[in-house]
Amino acid sequence: MATRADFQWQDPLLLEQALSDDERMVQDSINRYCQERLMPRVLEAHRHERFDREILNEMGELGMLGSTIEGYGCAGLSYVCYGLIGREVERVDSGYRSTMSVQSSLVMYPIHAYGTEAQREKYLPRLASGEWVGCFGLTEPDHGSDPGGMQTRARKVDGGYRLKGSKTWISNSPIADVFVVWAKDDEQVIRGFLLERDMQGLSTPKIEGKFSLRASLTGEIVMDNVFVPEENLLPNVAGLKGPFGCLTRARYGIAWGSMGAAEFCWHAARNYVLERKQFGRPLAANQLVQKKLADMQTEITLGLHACLRLGRLFDAGQAAPEAVSLLKRNNCGKALDIARTARDMHGGNGVADEYHVIRHMLNLEAVNTYEGTHDIHALILGRAQTGIQAFTA
Amino acid sequence: MKVLVGVKRVLDAYVKARVKPDGSGVVTDNVKMSMNPFDEIAVEQALRFKEAGQVEEIVAVSIGPAKSEETIRTALAMGADRGILVEADAEIEPLAVAKVFKALVEKEQPELVLLGKQAIDDDCNQTGQMLAALLGWAQGTFISKIELGDGNVTVTREVDGGLERAQIKTPAVVTVDLRLNEPRYASLPNIMKAKKKPVDKTTPAELGVDATPRITTLEVQEPPPRAAGVKVASVAELVDKLRNEARVIG
Repeated sequence: MATRADFQWQDPLLLEQALSDDERMVQDSINRYCQERLMPRVLEAHRHERFDREILNEMGELGMLGSTIEGYGCAGLSYVCYGLIGREVERVDSGYRSTMSVQSSLVMYPIHAYGTEAQREKYLPRLASGEWVGCFGLTEPDHGSDPGGMQTRARKVDGGYRLKGSKTWISNSPIADVFVVWAKDDEQVIRGFLLERDMQGLSTPKIEGKFSLRASLTGEIVMDNVFVPEENLLPNVAGLKGPFGCLTRARYGIAWGSMGAAEFCWHAARNYVLERKQFGRPLAANQLVQKKLADMQTEITLGLHACLRLGRLFDAGQAAPEAVSLLKRNNCGKALDIARTARDMHGGNGVADEYHVIRHMLNLEAVNTYEGTHDIHALILGRAQTGIQAFTA
Repeated sequence: MKVLVGVKRVLDAYVKARVKPDGSGVVTDNVKMSMNPFDEIAVEQALRFKEAGQVEEIVAVSIGPAKSEETIRTALAMGADRGILVEADAEIEPLAVAKVFKALVEKEQPELVLLGKQAIDDDCNQTGQMLAALLGWAQGTFISKIELGDGNVTVTREVDGGLERAQIKTPAVVTVDLRLNEPRYASLPNIMKAKKKPVDKTTPAELGVDATPRITTLEVQEPPPRAAGVKVASVAELVDKLRNEARVIG
């Protein structure tokens, strides 16, 4: 006789079961590090807008930086594992996950994919260990969603290039040692360059007053005719596909990560409404509250299973960038909505940082916006199914 | 020196255990399982000996269902050199575990067996002591500090009212307590490397051990829910309750 299967409310479709032993081991090991070492630090880090630099060294020691790269001191994990790591880190804080994503997908990936062997050997081991911090300069003050219009120029000079221009909203830039900067050359072609901290004419002012991702650093990259030697050009890519190749990987990680933040908010809201009593009974006894919990559970379950599918496609080399757009857009938007609802369910307490949900809510405002806004990804998906681009008139 | 470390697959320490509806045991299907936390501490200690050059080889042993290989892989990912999985589907009791270890000790010839002081699922706290008795080896139990000497090992035990230091001869069985160390996290490159480390498989029968349970579980029950507290009106009433109801003061 078939018995009724047990329902796992935290994992209704048994995601755990769909993971391999190795994947589960990666997830469990990182979960423990995040809960035991990152979680106790995040409240103060967020409250005082402080980035703990040693976190990168810790992540490096555990092999969390550039984890999908084979060799050069990296772990050589699958993209499913990379996603699971992002989810665990972002369960604590989107800022910590951003720091890790930038180093992995936006700095180490392009050096590995587009760089020379000498560049790989010079930069990757030190970025993998966390000895060096990297950042990625694409967005400019006047060019966010439209990076093709960038104004940063790389003028060819004897022995290399002179870079002039400025980049903004750059995670990690104030403390970065290595800068992957995208600029247009004399032929108006976008090229990638590796800049280093001590280059003349380079400065990285910090952006003050952020109400989001306060546990990670954000700044500008200002280049006043910085001389970059020829050997620091990323030779194996030209055009927007360079930065987009990086962004596709980072966006995939964000699709997973945002679900980690959403899960935290959902569980926190569930605990709160079970414990908080008003009118002589728990808040969870209200139909309005239960509907909210059911919605959170549903969206997170669907979002996570979609991520796993996308990860399997990624590992098989079959994940189209548009498919990544679909999940980056969906999961960030849903996670933000879940965080706002969880904040609401916490009542007045929800605005206090000690309950953590408002921190996630504020973080997810940035996560929903960076690496392609919710609307821009809609345009990517609209173009992909109609054949008509709606970015420009 | 070679060290044998026991690693048991148990219900994760942070999972709330649920009793099966028929009262025959605890639900383990689709529940997160992990290495017994005391065993992690034992693995960590073995790794520290190895890093200090005092130990050459660490063999992680698990006895239980096929899934216990995952627990061995975790030990290998932390840094153990190889594993031995003794597959046993039925509930396996401390005496049988001790006998399996005895057979493995005779085969592997380690000078030290490091075990958790107890497993957090059945809380038996018997295996280490039984194994030492079966082997006729010295034992150090509940240790919070350990130093390897020449032909001996000095252990610090947490006993009521203080610490007891004892020097015991090797080979020895040592069971570890919570405060010995903080286990490391398995790093991602080491998790990948662990896939290539060898895990031998055997069974209690192959080792000549009869693992048939000798204990029958009659019933497993949820602990009774905690009764609600009471408010007292005065200090006198509080003292009265402490003395006559709770009986915590004379």
